[in-house]
Amino acid sequence: MTQGIQNAPHPERPAMTIDAPPPAARAATSRPTKALGAPIVLIENVQKAFGDNHVLRDVSMTIRQGEVVVICGRSGSGKSTLLRCIDQLETIDGGTIRAAGHLMGFREKNGKRVALRDAEIARQQRDLGMVFQNFNLFPHVSVIENIMMAPVRILKRPRAEVKAEARELLARVGLPEKENAYPRQLSGGQQQRVAIARALAMKPQVMLFDEPTSALDPEMISEVLDVMVDLSHQGMTMIVVTHEMGFARAAADRVVLMHGGEIVEEAPPEQFFTNPRSEHTKLFLSKILSH
Amino acid sequence: MNWSWTFFFEYLTNGFMFRGAWTTVWLSVISMTIGLGLGVVAAMMKMYGNAAVRYIAEFYIWLFRGTPVLIQLIIIYTGLPQLGIRLNVIESAILGLALNEGAYLAEIIRAGIMSVDKGQNDAARSVGMTWRERMYLVILPQATRTIIPPLGNQFNGMLKTTSLASVISMEELMRNAQMLAQINFRVLEVYSVAALWYLLLVSIWGLIQQRIEAHYEKPFGPAAAISPEAAKELKKAMQKAGATKV
Repeated sequence: MTQGIQNAPHPERPAMTIDAPPPAARAATSRPTKALGAPIVLIENVQKAFGDNHVLRDVSMTIRQGEVVVICGRSGSGKSTLLRCIDQLETIDGGTIRAAGHLMGFREKNGKRVALRDAEIARQQRDLGMVFQNFNLFPHVSVIENIMMAPVRILKRPRAEVKAEARELLARVGLPEKENAYPRQLSGGQQQRVAIARALAMKPQVMLFDEPTSALDPEMISEVLDVMVDLSHQGMTMIVVTHEMGFARAAADRVVLMHGGEIVEEAPPEQFFTNPRSEHTKLFLSKILSH
Repeated sequence: MNWSWTFFFEYLTNGFMFRGAWTTVWLSVISMTIGLGLGVVAAMMKMYGNAAVRYIAEFYIWLFRGTPVLIQLIIIYTGLPQLGIRLNVIESAILGLALNEGAYLAEIIRAGIMSVDKGQNDAARSVGMTWRERMYLVILPQATRTIIPPLGNQFNGMLKTTSLASVISMEELMRNAQMLAQINFRVLEVYSVAALWYLLLVSIWGLIQQRIEAHYEKPFGPAAAISPEAAKELKKAMQKAGATKV
């Protein structure tokens, strides 16, 4: 009769270390370099301004298939804007972005560039997945409908087939029991994991993460990062804007620092953390690692 | 005092009054439905159209919100024939009421759409939705939640505004009451009954509106309630801890 409250089985996997390990440990955890595929995102001389505010100045970067790139930098450095430009949520003012085989936002006609119409851009966006800082789940439908909406309503795929896949995705992000919940009933970390599943449901070739853990309570950060690390192990190409240096160490092939709309440092994580060349990087690292 | 309960109950059970009330209902529903369509189109034109399209929508809203619906009805039914446009009573009543309603609803719908978080549009785009798909699947369903209460208010108003169509001899509740009043001159009794009918219609609508609101509120309701199992555990634990009343 008189049992105390039983501990619910703990659904979370062991949390990842986020703190900076000492240099010796760092060397020990360095991963074998994985084989990367052909370039899948090519960013060339991209310019973007909001009015007088020049947010991106001549940014160029190439990301290969299967590569995980972490972009960091202080707020206003243009990192989120770059991500939004890649996914065509912003239109660029100059330069070229090729992603997943598309010339993003444009079509080439007789050597000239023609801006694409909304529906054509939408078609390109289907090959890229995006995860937002504020999750942006669709609050009016259940978790499983959030994941199924685009494949069923846009790609017109059979509902039963999509539902099976959606359930697999939910299991993959560790939320199999939440399929009928509404987003409002989930914690931030759970919502973000559903948002990752929603993006994956379109089978994107590249996943973009825009500060995916910045709006989360500290105890929920690792559950989201774990899913992302998992995803990177499965060979997903990922561009991640984040300040989670633990994630950068665990999963990134390359860490990029942006400052004032430019890329000022671009290096493998070991070199980025131990031997940065740019003064901006040294300052940035000293600020985020020394607390 | 000259109040006749006999006449009052006679009017209350009068089939002529009932038919008038029924006309009021369907006239309101049809006008509201068409008005809603006009409102959505006008709101879209105003929010997403180019300058010319926006101007047309703004002109429409300005014109029909700026003039009394009574004048609109009279112009449509009595005035337009001078220009060779002849509409019958029912067509005129529906057109006038719908055009007027559409202008008001356009602003309500616009406010509803603006209330949807910008991030929703980003998210819908990021999974590859076209403008139409974003509107239909993501933005409008969420705007509906904000729109329903004022929309219900508008429909409440519509049920009563239809009485103005009596001036163009639309045989709805008001017009039928007028006709009965002219037979027996039992003005107070007949209009009291008409007023009761309006109250009844509006009250029924109030109940329907509650249902609709509850439906659209469901996804946004209180955050995860504690599960029955957890509640039981909690009760046991509290009893164990010595709480006498749980």
